[in-house]
Amino acid sequence: MAQKKITIQDMIFKLEEFWSSKGCMVMPSYDVEKGAGTMSPYTFLRAVGPEPWAACYVEPSRRPADGRYGDNPNRLFQHHQFQVVIKPAPDQIQQYYLDSLKVLGINPLEHDIRFVEDNWENPSMGCAGVGWEVWLDGMEVSQFTYFQTVGELDVKPTMSEITYGVERLASYIQDVNSVFDLEWGNGVLYRDIFKEAEYENSKYAFEESNQDDLLKFFDVYERTAKELIKLNLVQPAYDYILKCSHTFNLLDARGAVSVTERAGYLARIRNMAHEVAVCFVEEREKRGFPLLKSAEDKKAGLEND
Amino acid sequence: MTKDYLFEIGTEEMPAHVVAKSVKQLADRTQKFLKENGLKFKDIKTFSTPRRLTILVEDLAEKQEDIDEIKKGPAKKIALDQDKNWTKAAQGFVRGQNMTTDDIYFEELKGTEYAYVHVQKEGKKATDILLGMSDIIKAMTFPTKMRWGGSNDFEFVRPIHWLVSLLGNEVVPVQILDITAGRKTEGHRFLGDSVVLANADDYEDALRDQFVIADAKKRKEMIVDQMNELVKQNNWKIKMDANLLEEVTNLVEYPTVFAGSFDKKYLEMPQEVLITSMKDNQRYFEVYNQDNQLINHFISVRNGNKDYLENVISGNEKVLVARLDDAQFFYDEDRKYPLSHFVDKLKNVSFHDKIGSMSEKMERVRIIGDYLAKQWNLDEQTIKDFDRASELYKFDLVTQMVGEFAELQGVMGMHYAKLAGEKDDVAVAIKEHYMPTTSEGELPQTVVGSLLSVADKLDTIITFFAVDMIPTSSNDPYALRRYAYGIVRILINQKWSLAFNKVLPELVSALNGKTPAKLPKSDEKEAEIASFIRDRINQYLTKNNYKYDIIDAVLASSQQDPIQILAAANVLQLHHDDEQFRPVVESLIRINNILKKAKHKGNNVVNPDLFVNESEKELYSGVNNLQDLTDLTQLYDGFVKLQPVINFYFENNMILDKDEAIKNNRLNQLGAVAQLAEHLGDLSKLVIK
Repeated sequence: MAQKKITIQDMIFKLEEFWSSKGCMVMPSYDVEKGAGTMSPYTFLRAVGPEPWAACYVEPSRRPADGRYGDNPNRLFQHHQFQVVIKPAPDQIQQYYLDSLKVLGINPLEHDIRFVEDNWENPSMGCAGVGWEVWLDGMEVSQFTYFQTVGELDVKPTMSEITYGVERLASYIQDVNSVFDLEWGNGVLYRDIFKEAEYENSKYAFEESNQDDLLKFFDVYERTAKELIKLNLVQPAYDYILKCSHTFNLLDARGAVSVTERAGYLARIRNMAHEVAVCFVEEREKRGFPLLKSAEDKKAGLEND
Repeated sequence: MTKDYLFEIGTEEMPAHVVAKSVKQLADRTQKFLKENGLKFKDIKTFSTPRRLTILVEDLAEKQEDIDEIKKGPAKKIALDQDKNWTKAAQGFVRGQNMTTDDIYFEELKGTEYAYVHVQKEGKKATDILLGMSDIIKAMTFPTKMRWGGSNDFEFVRPIHWLVSLLGNEVVPVQILDITAGRKTEGHRFLGDSVVLANADDYEDALRDQFVIADAKKRKEMIVDQMNELVKQNNWKIKMDANLLEEVTNLVEYPTVFAGSFDKKYLEMPQEVLITSMKDNQRYFEVYNQDNQLINHFISVRNGNKDYLENVISGNEKVLVARLDDAQFFYDEDRKYPLSHFVDKLKNVSFHDKIGSMSEKMERVRIIGDYLAKQWNLDEQTIKDFDRASELYKFDLVTQMVGEFAELQGVMGMHYAKLAGEKDDVAVAIKEHYMPTTSEGELPQTVVGSLLSVADKLDTIITFFAVDMIPTSSNDPYALRRYAYGIVRILINQKWSLAFNKVLPELVSALNGKTPAKLPKSDEKEAEIASFIRDRINQYLTKNNYKYDIIDAVLASSQQDPIQILAAANVLQLHHDDEQFRPVVESLIRINNILKKAKHKGNNVVNPDLFVNESEKELYSGVNNLQDLTDLTQLYDGFVKLQPVINFYFENNMILDKDEAIKNNRLNQLGAVAQLAEHLGDLSKLVIK
């Protein structure tokens, strides 16, 4: 165990500071519901196209089916991910990651850290990557991926994605058996912030949600997203795709989606994800891929010095 | 002069299951490459860890052999034309040796002058040839390849970070992407440092100093030794799962074995739940006491030394307990409901969208099983148990436990059924209906389980064929071949006869209306299914080392019942090397040939009144004696006795008699023999020495 227990917010500060020193922008959480940090436009959209990108951010991630009314010590309707994406993936990205653990007080010599094969896939967003789960003394604390396709487009150059499970890692660092016993910061416990919300969200997702309404929402969001894609309005279109995805997750948690229908819904979301990814690259290209240009200017500037 | 050549590809952590295969691939490709380039060597040793694929070529020649040869060409009068110009023959000769006509000289051999060249070529140096190792890296294949930050379009199993390429003490600077091979390798990720190798042979020892056991076999031995030690100390027992051991060996560079424990209360759950949590999810070995009972300990392997092992142990214990807690939650939740609660839900679970729901499948399987039970005269109790099992058997698919641990399907069904007071035979059949889970996997042990398994698989095959989802030679996504093979193995195991050509039409008509899928209407489709299953008999016989000509012979018959086909194969295999085998088979083939030539299509009914001699009577009574034999061994023995009778018959009769009536009678008589012989197969396929 680490000598001195650090709080969740200290953990986040340290990670932000560390990754900022590696060239990442510290972005705010994105304000539309989503199931994982990957679905933030700061990852999904920035993964496609030739432009470089380096960012880190905390992402609240909603998984309605994982809700347990706040009764289960490790399962949550909403957990938090700390997401780091860098494109092109740096040569030393694995070493950076291990250094980031040291910053959190986890000395690799005092633990067993393993990179265990786990090729990540998100079929609903047309994403696939190659990488690992990172095990810390047998516990999966991070997901480490080299993106190969996003929105069904090849990711070139390759983007590396590191996702820390904030609660998992904090449980380890603070040595607690229940996430609700974690200290978020300044003496305030996780339970005092989130336990009530866990109960309420679970109650809603499993008992009170209105299937007919959700189905209608899905259709409306889908229609809106498609119309916006036609108008090349990438950001709002993407927001509505995220809403479709979350609505689908709510339907799924309710058991309202049969195995066969499931494939149908996933395909509908995937098609839109593909279209919006293509649209994003086209719009960036019209603007001359600004980040590519500024990176080249910076490099040229350095060479001139 | 020879030297050892070391070549190492250093990567980020490769998946455990590709390590051993990939280093073998590297060695095989290198061997081929060296042979093609005429570089001699003694042997290739391999080393591999999750982070490196390495070969050590022992006693590699430092260069190709020099060439110093005299080559003889065409005679002088052919090499030069009348004007003393070089002919095409001469030019062709020197071109073949990479030389010019200037190199030609003439010498006399047995009175004729011939053109000669003296070919001298210095062999290429190994250091030049070995630069081509980069092509080997590029050619390597993996189940999944990837691009990374600086790799552009180049793909490998994981990012490559360094290359070592040393011939003796000399660097061969092989290049891939922006990496140039050198003499520096990397030690253990945490415990070790980089090492600069003076010589190729220093590799293994230098890495050991940096906490890397590069030889996978030695690493595995270390794990086994430490594990045995731990087991002995504690008076435990373990089952050394070879696959898990192999995987764990390829997850670590420096193994340290440790044990952990968990609260005994979790042992109340079914063993399979605990074992799945430990083995499949965490790669732990489960532990037993001397009475072979599962106990509350586990064994695992750390990638590192013994320092701070207590952290590693307590961390792993915590992870396992979290998993077991989850499982306990599902176990408690699932048991709150009666089985009927889950069975009801199956109406909304799709088996396949073109075919229908799980509930509908279960109804069909009951019809199939009842039909088969009648075919095989199974007793009333078995049928009752089967019927009950068929009402339940997919229910665990909608339990929370199977939702979380999919690999426990069937197993949880069995446990929950037992807890709900179902009979053992019913409960076990629920588990066994998935068996065999691999082509050579364990078969169901019980009769009810076997029946349920066959019925379930048969339904899957019939309905998938009905909606035209038929496997192709390269693509069988629903594993229908494995199901068909499972059916064949179970039928043989239970000695259940099933002539598919007869049974399928009856089954299909019984199933009509039980699935939205259009069931096969044409005889053609049914024949297709029958032959699909029959093809698996070939696989079975091949797997069990039957002679290929025997397999050809028995499968060329019209027989559709696997049991009968197997019996025929057994008889032929048993007697294949007997002295009488050849004459018996030859006499039967001779009959077939005559019938074929005469285009015989008679009914094989013989009229004894048309006999003109004793030989005909003898054959007639001989054949009659064999007519009712169902046992193929007895039938073969009968043919052995009949063989001299057949010969006697041929000696005394012209088959194609001028009298049409006698001729047809004789053909019918031979036809009757051929008809019997067909029970053994198409004997003309046999290779007789």
